[in-house]
Amino acid sequence: MSILLDQTTRVIVQGITGKIGSFHAQEMIQYGTRVVGGVTPGKGGTTHLGLPVFNSVRDAVKATGATASIVFVPPPFAADSLMEAADAGIRLCVAITDGIPAQDMIHVKRYMRRYKEHKRMRLVGPNCAGVISPGKAMMGIMPGHIYIPGPVGIVGRSGTLGYEAAAQLKALGVGVSTSVGIGGDPINGSSFKDALALFETDPETKAVLMIGEIGGPQEAEAASFVRENMKKPVAAYIAGLTAPKGRRMGHAGAIISAFGESADEKVEILQEAGVAVAPNPAELGTTVSRLLAA
Amino acid sequence: MDIHEYQAKELLARFGVPIPRGGLAYGPEQAAYRCHEIGGDRWVVKAQIHAGGRGKAGGVKLCRSEEEVIEAAEAMLGHRLVTAQTTARGKLVNRLYVEAATDVAKEFYLGLVLDRRSERVMVVASSAGGMEIEEISHKHPGSLIRLAVDPGAGMKAFQAREVAFGLGLDAAHIAQMVETIMGCYRAFRDLDATMVEINPLVTTTDGSLLALDAKMSFDDNALFRRPRISELRDKSQEDPRETRATDRGLSYVGLEGNIGCIINGAGLAMATMDMIKHAGGEPANFLDIGGGATPERVAKAFNLVLSDPHVEAILVNIFAGINRCDWVAKGIVQALQKVDMRVPLVVRLAGTHVDEGRRILAESGFPVISAEHLSDAADKVVEAWRRHRAAATQGAAA
Repeated sequence: MSILLDQTTRVIVQGITGKIGSFHAQEMIQYGTRVVGGVTPGKGGTTHLGLPVFNSVRDAVKATGATASIVFVPPPFAADSLMEAADAGIRLCVAITDGIPAQDMIHVKRYMRRYKEHKRMRLVGPNCAGVISPGKAMMGIMPGHIYIPGPVGIVGRSGTLGYEAAAQLKALGVGVSTSVGIGGDPINGSSFKDALALFETDPETKAVLMIGEIGGPQEAEAASFVRENMKKPVAAYIAGLTAPKGRRMGHAGAIISAFGESADEKVEILQEAGVAVAPNPAELGTTVSRLLAA
Repeated sequence: MDIHEYQAKELLARFGVPIPRGGLAYGPEQAAYRCHEIGGDRWVVKAQIHAGGRGKAGGVKLCRSEEEVIEAAEAMLGHRLVTAQTTARGKLVNRLYVEAATDVAKEFYLGLVLDRRSERVMVVASSAGGMEIEEISHKHPGSLIRLAVDPGAGMKAFQAREVAFGLGLDAAHIAQMVETIMGCYRAFRDLDATMVEINPLVTTTDGSLLALDAKMSFDDNALFRRPRISELRDKSQEDPRETRATDRGLSYVGLEGNIGCIINGAGLAMATMDMIKHAGGEPANFLDIGGGATPERVAKAFNLVLSDPHVEAILVNIFAGINRCDWVAKGIVQALQKVDMRVPLVVRLAGTHVDEGRRILAESGFPVISAEHLSDAADKVVEAWRRHRAAATQGAAA
């Protein structure tokens, strides 16, 4: 088991004929992901990378039975693509696109709530590295070879810091069940809490590593979820101890604007919830592997 | 992106928000002439900078004659204004806004923000205006009224009325307040703002409502469809290092330390800075060169970091995902051939083709200190920085 996706998940690529979409579609296929087609409006009926291209997500779902979609559509048009996926019956959508306007994301989230919960699409991202279930499948832009299969679930905002964590675990001989990048934007599809809930019920996952950063309320929400709902051990790290208040640190969401949003405050809230917080980013791997041994 | 008070007022006025009569001035003579245009016998001269706390710092002056206006303009223009919200260097004043003075009856606070918890635009209002919102929520938490706007339906007049009555306004001011709140919401929505703040919003002794101050920030991700907002950018209010970075497509934040950082990915960049601090150093900057890390970007990053005279050592930390370490290493070598490297350099490469990348650096002939992992990298750069500093001190003594 793993969460969100495995080798049987049928995946389509929105924006497959673009340079970035095309490159990563190949990487995903190479990794073993079951990519069944792509969507580029106006190029329906053609083939790309040996896969059928469709004009709409609805056509693609009908012809291929796809349940998952990964989005590489440029920022001005990305929100529309996400709503199209939600409307076509896609269950899991991973949005890689970086730079979607915040108000567009407000509309996407509102639009998704039109559907009853059991029919509602799960959105991961935007501005994220994607999802990987090592040894099975990946929907994302991460280097697959740094992950080995195993018992640790990873959820984080940052792509490269997630790679850092996976590499530290690999060096210790510890593998990953699924790694989920929830992205660096202020308004995102899935939160830390959403990923934690999935890991809690996944039989393969024995411990979770949560990699947060400054800004926003989601780490504090995750802390109360851990305290009230989780039996599995959770380790965490919060990036941005040195970040000054009120300045945006790269990610649009990484800006300290209210109480509970600085790294120190988040660390305190997580520790109070019983989460093992890594003292520095070189100890991501050792902190979570100690939880596995206990 | 932030804009000036006068720009925010001009924008909001188009959406029906009432503002005092006023005008822009780049010099004392213009300021004096503005008084003629505005009329009346008292004016407020306000320094236009991208920071709050101007009043207490001498950036807002009530004047009773043209001479006083000229005097105030001369005192402000061309000088750096240091407020509680700026760094110790302050911000350069090169524009003034001259406004008709207002007889204030009561001050209110009105703000609109992007609320991450409800994932909606949120209106925050208080009858305790004139102080910072942090202070209001600390001293008068009971006075705060919050309203999250449904993005599908938009703001409805009854919601704005509830806020207006909640502020304790008398019936005569309700219609104006409703129009102001609705106008702010439309401006927020139609211009892709991330923040609108009117503080104070006042009732006057003659029974009208006026926005005495106004602040707006905009979503950088939405500027592609807001060229009129992009035009309002004032580079003189930005850290010049950050302006250069933005113009080169790099994400940079200048800090106070001595160790320059070049990293790919915002999260890894913040984590590396934390690691440097943990090892006993202080980062000079946040710099995310993005996923690509092409030779051109690496070279730009080196130039940018080295343009900061406080930098006494540099740490490059690249986790090559889609990228490959051998390409990144070639980029670093190309950059080193072009720039004048006056400080020690520590490079940590990880990910795809890491051995090849390290070999390229080792054989380049440049004195690059190679690090294996994150803590190794932080320890080595702090140690190199200390040695460099000690050598520089000795050199100065001799």
